[in-house]
Amino acid sequence: MAKIKLALYWASSCGGCEIAQLQIGEKLLKLIDAADIVFWPVAIDVKYKDVEAMPEKSIDVCLFNGAIRTSEQEHMAKMLRDKSKTMISYGACANYGGIPGLGNLYNREMIFNRAYLETQSTDNEKGVTPQTSIDVPEGKLSLPEFFDTVRSLPQTVDVDYIIPGCPPEEKTTWLALEALIQNKLPPKGSIISHNVKAVCDDCPRTKNEKKVKKFYRPFEIEPDQEVCLLEQGILCAGVATAGGCGAMCLKANMPCTGCYGPVKGVTDQGAHFLSAVASIIDSTDPEEIASIIDDIADPAGTFYRYSLPDSLLRRAKVS
Amino acid sequence: MSWEPRIVGFLCSWCSYRGADLAGTSRIPSAPNVKVIKVPCSTRVEPAFVIKAFQSGADGVLILGCHPGDCHYIEGNYKTMRRVPLLKKMLKQFGIEEERVRLDWVSASEGEKYASVVNEMTEKVRELGPFKANNGEGQHGKN
Repeated sequence: MAKIKLALYWASSCGGCEIAQLQIGEKLLKLIDAADIVFWPVAIDVKYKDVEAMPEKSIDVCLFNGAIRTSEQEHMAKMLRDKSKTMISYGACANYGGIPGLGNLYNREMIFNRAYLETQSTDNEKGVTPQTSIDVPEGKLSLPEFFDTVRSLPQTVDVDYIIPGCPPEEKTTWLALEALIQNKLPPKGSIISHNVKAVCDDCPRTKNEKKVKKFYRPFEIEPDQEVCLLEQGILCAGVATAGGCGAMCLKANMPCTGCYGPVKGVTDQGAHFLSAVASIIDSTDPEEIASIIDDIADPAGTFYRYSLPDSLLRRAKVS
Repeated sequence: MSWEPRIVGFLCSWCSYRGADLAGTSRIPSAPNVKVIKVPCSTRVEPAFVIKAFQSGADGVLILGCHPGDCHYIEGNYKTMRRVPLLKKMLKQFGIEEERVRLDWVSASEGEKYASVVNEMTEKVRELGPFKANNGEGQHGKN
């Protein structure tokens, strides 16, 4: 049997997805037995021009991680889509926008000002910010355009499968790769994960009725190891997040932040999480409710930690 | 054509919807800007409904329920009372002014109050002007 031609690419991401791909350990050898890796910038030296020269649909499967934040990333996403028979969105950034997607609360100008001018450690007397092109004696130099709005991969190109996680757990990655090797991929559009309704179903903690008088950020409290974190006033996204990860964070006494995406049937993960959190506030007095809500410093960033570009509003309106 | 505020009104079927009915049958004039959606209880209004309204072109969202203590489902409106302030706080981060969302209590006998809440809300939204959600549509990446 001919070997599968596999491409792996990264866009706006942190590199954690590559580590997750390597985390399959010795199973990598099984993958190499079945697949030839034709493009993987982190590990093999194949240039963009080599990919450009590949015929259309000559790559069998592309695992694409990272959000789409620049014109270069958009270009590569479109090119890899054309060259690949199957496009798999790998990890929360590609799937829903991820952490880079929180940039959608601002725009390019605000982000450049913060990153290149305002930060305390920045020394930039001339106020230089990235430009798309500049003339120098040797010729014209160019940089990709930085977009105002981050998009997910499915908002940019047609995507066949989604592998959830930030980064995807080893068992989730292997579930997809094993299906790929055995040529048993599920129907197009599937989320490839262990089918668990919510993180709470994976979570071993005891759960009682939830009534909260005060919310804490994780550093403000030493939580009980056995009891539901939400009951202890820690904003845990488990109730609004699809399971399948094995509740790893909960087992390490940290709250779920929502990386496996919305539970089935929910389109807007952040609104769903907000609804659950607000409902457990233990008060019927508007003033007390307001003061309890004050504990939540950054609702948008907390509720839409990984899913802002994929949410109903997609981005903030900035003047 | 001059712009008119478009407000989506979610009205609880037990109290506020009947209050709106009373305003109508009593012929109390009220602004025609609120498009009413009847819901079983104000707590049926998920935060996503409000967000969806803005995404779909609403300039304001009005949520009306039974007075605290009067909920047909005992504590539904208390849940609404907790959700709306948190939702407003979050929507502010999205550039949606807090005044574009209003939660109030209107009983079945308060036709007058219904009309005054609707009129006040309409005027408030008129002051704020049209809301256009920034969906990041059109040319990729453009604001």
